[in-house]
Amino acid sequence: MGAISLRRVEKIYGHGVKANKVIHGVSAEIVDGEFVVIVGPSGCGKSTLLRMVAGLEEITGGEIEIGGRVVNDLEPAERDIAMVFQNYALYPHMSVFDNMAYGLRIRHVPLAEIRTRVDKAAAILELAPYLGRKPRELSGGQRQRVAMGRAIVREPQVFLFDEPLSNLDAKLRAQTRLEIQKLHGELRTTSLFVTHDQVEAMTLAERMIVMNAGRIEQIGSPDEVYHRPATTFVAGFIGSPPMNLVRGQASGGAFDAGGQRLPLAAPAPRDGELVLGVRPEHVELSGEASTPTWQLRVQAVEMLGAERLIYGTLGGALFTVRLDATLAHPKIGDVVTLRAAAEHLHWFDAATSARVEARPLAMSAAP
Amino acid sequence: MIERRPYLRVVRHAVLVVAIAAILFPVYVAFVASTLSFDQVLHVPMQLWPGNHLIENYTAVMTHGSEKGSSAPVGRMMLNSLIVALVIAIGKIAISIISAFAIVYFRFPLRKTCFWLIFITLMLPVEVRILPTYQVAANLKLIDTYAGLTLPLIASATATFLFRQFFLTIPDEYAEAARIDGAGPLRFFKDVVLPLSRTNIAALFVIMFIFGWNQYLWPLLVTTQESMYTTVIGIKRMIPGGDAAAEWHLVMATAMLAMLPPALVVLLMQKWFVKGLVETEK
Repeated sequence: MGAISLRRVEKIYGHGVKANKVIHGVSAEIVDGEFVVIVGPSGCGKSTLLRMVAGLEEITGGEIEIGGRVVNDLEPAERDIAMVFQNYALYPHMSVFDNMAYGLRIRHVPLAEIRTRVDKAAAILELAPYLGRKPRELSGGQRQRVAMGRAIVREPQVFLFDEPLSNLDAKLRAQTRLEIQKLHGELRTTSLFVTHDQVEAMTLAERMIVMNAGRIEQIGSPDEVYHRPATTFVAGFIGSPPMNLVRGQASGGAFDAGGQRLPLAAPAPRDGELVLGVRPEHVELSGEASTPTWQLRVQAVEMLGAERLIYGTLGGALFTVRLDATLAHPKIGDVVTLRAAAEHLHWFDAATSARVEARPLAMSAAP
Repeated sequence: MIERRPYLRVVRHAVLVVAIAAILFPVYVAFVASTLSFDQVLHVPMQLWPGNHLIENYTAVMTHGSEKGSSAPVGRMMLNSLIVALVIAIGKIAISIISAFAIVYFRFPLRKTCFWLIFITLMLPVEVRILPTYQVAANLKLIDTYAGLTLPLIASATATFLFRQFFLTIPDEYAEAARIDGAGPLRFFKDVVLPLSRTNIAALFVIMFIFGWNQYLWPLLVTTQESMYTTVIGIKRMIPGGDAAAEWHLVMATAMLAMLPPALVVLLMQKWFVKGLVETEK
């Protein structure tokens, strides 16, 4: 019912010589009731894509379908969607109740019904004591909840969220994230959530669309995106601290990078120019000589509380290792021995950045 | 700033008192003159404390003007001035706010040209176009009518410009949220833009009202009957040319009456803008 279909959607600003293509033929299928997060760095086109689904931007090419209807030529109000903005966009001179009721009033919904819906939304979002207040009398978190309440009362087919947590402080962000999750659990409305924060993406998404420079890099569940990134961009974008990426030549069971020869726990899928990826949390300090190890000279150490980050250079690239803070930690200048298990090695083609599947292991250590 | 030198406080207050006295003194003299009889007002030097002809002078002037100069009742003239000022103020605001809304929120060909054309006409004072305007008004039979007094003055580039600048500061998100809520452009205008513009409207109303009230040249040209004169014209006409002595006490009474409505408007509207300024939020 609330399924969304994006078919080769394009966005071009300007025309003729000054035409600027910001979205290049994006396609995706979103199932009814799914919570999909569109994540990517600033300028990648995620907000533009969301606004095209909303109807606030013209669709230059391709088609967008909501609930089975092609909506390219429909006004936002006709698409049965509701949107939550980054800056809340609450009408400042209207009370919270009026803000939430506005869309319904315009549609001539009877007052009794409006009251019921607003009260229900206010109960879910704990806004009941604030219904009479004006937005300027509320805190940022409360305003954001009112914005969500405004979207909920419309009972639309799709919720669109445009970076709604970006204006909140860190603690409030975490709290509101949980509220959004709870909300989705209760309402199960199809939701499209745009953010540049990969933590928000990973925690909220049932599936993620990772975008970069107007193209989709990967669509998948947080698990898939984390464990099997499709490109070096996704590998480096998802996960904090980001995955270590080392470029070099693979031959047989070793990898030559930055003047170093790195022995591998499992051979690379093919020989040639490849990019090796290993997440900082999958690298272990090793004392054993039986498995292939790498030497790293520690250049910096960061203490984060529960964990420590060790920085050095490996294979000519910045290399980060995440260690549990309870373990003995190396000091700057120490040379440490590192080990990475075969299943934690990711390989990417150096030219296309695309993932190259590892050869199946003779003995598979299940992740 | 905390002023630590007490004598400077005294100086500051002294300067303020002197300035206020300088501004208020002529008004006070006019008031006193309006309460005197004909002989008292012509006496040199004129007394500086109020006399006891206040009621007599004001009623005389309201009902039948002066005898030596114009004899139009000032009551009627004040009504004319009020109508002109109100129609001009409301008309200017209504027309400009809609134009500014169109210029800011719609995209149409020649949009920028329209705006600049309007803006350029700001630079033309009424006097520059007075002859052609008079001719058009005469041809349309607008002489001696309220329409003739108000229509040629009813468009305002200043107000359009001010509203446009204000609308540009309204975040786009309100328009987008309203669009998603299903509000058409006029609905959005009525429900969101207008309430947000209250302070601007109040401020402009005061300015336009005073402008309309004080208009002299155009009403002078476009009216020929005494019953259509405005108060400011009335004041001038009460002063006869030549050697005849003007009835200054009546002239001053008319002047005091002429000052009242604008002062009232400012006092009333003041409450509104302070309220609006205090209420700004984000």
